[in-house]
Amino acid sequence: MTEVPEHLLKRAQAARDRAAGGDADTSTAAADASATADDGPKIPPHLLERSKSARQQADSGAAVATAAPAGGGAVATAAPPPVASGPGGHTQRLLTVVKSGSIQDVKLKPMDKVHVWPHLLIVEFGAALACLTFTLIFSIFVNAPLLELANFNETPNPSKAPWYFLGLQELLTMFHPMVAGVTIPGIGIFLLILAPYIDRNPSNKPEDRKFGISLMTVHLMFWAVLVMIGSFFRGPGFNFIFPWADGLFFEL
Amino acid sequence: MPKKQPLSERMSQSASQLTDQVQSSQAWNSIFRPGSIFRKGYNDSPRNRSYVVMNSVLYHLHPVKVKRHAVKVSYTLCLGGLSFFLFILLTVTGIFLMFFYRPTAAQAWDDIYTLQTSVTFGLLVRNMHRWAAHLMVLSVFLHMARVFYHGAYKAPREFNWVIGVILLQLTLLLSFTGYLLPWDQLALWAVTVGTNMMGYTPVFGEQVRFVLLGGVEIGTDTLLRWYVLHVLMLPFVIVIFMAIHFWRVRKDGGISGPL
Repeated sequence: MTEVPEHLLKRAQAARDRAAGGDADTSTAAADASATADDGPKIPPHLLERSKSARQQADSGAAVATAAPAGGGAVATAAPPPVASGPGGHTQRLLTVVKSGSIQDVKLKPMDKVHVWPHLLIVEFGAALACLTFTLIFSIFVNAPLLELANFNETPNPSKAPWYFLGLQELLTMFHPMVAGVTIPGIGIFLLILAPYIDRNPSNKPEDRKFGISLMTVHLMFWAVLVMIGSFFRGPGFNFIFPWADGLFFEL
Repeated sequence: MPKKQPLSERMSQSASQLTDQVQSSQAWNSIFRPGSIFRKGYNDSPRNRSYVVMNSVLYHLHPVKVKRHAVKVSYTLCLGGLSFFLFILLTVTGIFLMFFYRPTAAQAWDDIYTLQTSVTFGLLVRNMHRWAAHLMVLSVFLHMARVFYHGAYKAPREFNWVIGVILLQLTLLLSFTGYLLPWDQLALWAVTVGTNMMGYTPVFGEQVRFVLLGGVEIGTDTLLRWYVLHVLMLPFVIVIFMAIHFWRVRKDGGISGPL
């Protein structure tokens, strides 16, 4: 929220106190308006006087104005400018305060925002630098695998897909290839795409969407566990092994 | 005779004079638009902070201001931005690798081997390309999880979620097409396993497999096809989808939240 300046808060408080002291039942705006409408005596006496004299002047001015067309250019001098007679010599007064949102429809509430430069760009730069440093140092110490030349006559045992497809390959051990390779991932991707249209819950608060979060967590864990089993717990012949007993059959 | 100033003072004076001259020159001012921190008389004012973003081709993907919670690392974990950064890193290292690689069965493996053994920084750049690729798959996946857990796919961001799922699949395809290129035992058999699965697509499975392999089995034609897919076609497509993705982030009112 934006900070309301202190002097405005004070002024508002003073006005509220005054309203509470003058009328006991001024909680609604309508009541307030009706109260001021039939409270004739509330208009300060000096203003009443001023308007009375102005009305008199206008009457005499009208008489002059009807006579004026014959006299030509004398009209401009007929009505003298109003004399400053308000408190402190003011010639105008505050009629009403229009609160924001009462006439215009305020669609965007003011938000606490910060400049992208420097606040966001610094964070992005730091993250990019950390990522680059990690990749560089990791690449210095760990080499990408390059096995011997591709040979169609020698099938390695086990043959594994890239790690992100090992969940699918794991499914292959349980289902017909069409189910494991096409139907299940197809339905998964289809549901993923449709997620925002299936989930009609408008809230983004975790406590309001326990079901959605649970469902997604189960889904993600399902694939994560399959990928991990396929990566680390499958050995020769794609049989189940324990990596600590039979060694690792996994290349990135 | 007036006392000479110490050398260090004179040097710093002439250096600031030189800076002044350079920053006042027409050439300098034609390069750095108003608000650039390199322009003369840059000061830290709200106006200049806005100009820095608006007048920079690199930064104007961003709005001038963002919600305060959006700059918190704990909210986004930088995953989307890092995915994009890794894509750029992969493009740069990939261009380097292209200079030393020919996509034919007879030459591919030898080229990679030569790259590792006889090209300066060849091994390092290849390692970076490989590890960054795996990291990108991981970061895109985690980005998707983060977006889901924040409920950020909800209105008005539904369509951007759809674009995001497409981007995830393109990322997987980019990684998979690159997997074959070293033409070693790992590449050949991983791709064999992967493409055998595609062959089970109902109705047109065999045709899909034939088009992707450029034949009935993996060979030098497959290598060329996947090379073109990997270095040209898929990057071209993914860049288009990324542009839509980033554009929609801003059109949908910046990043979601706060929770």
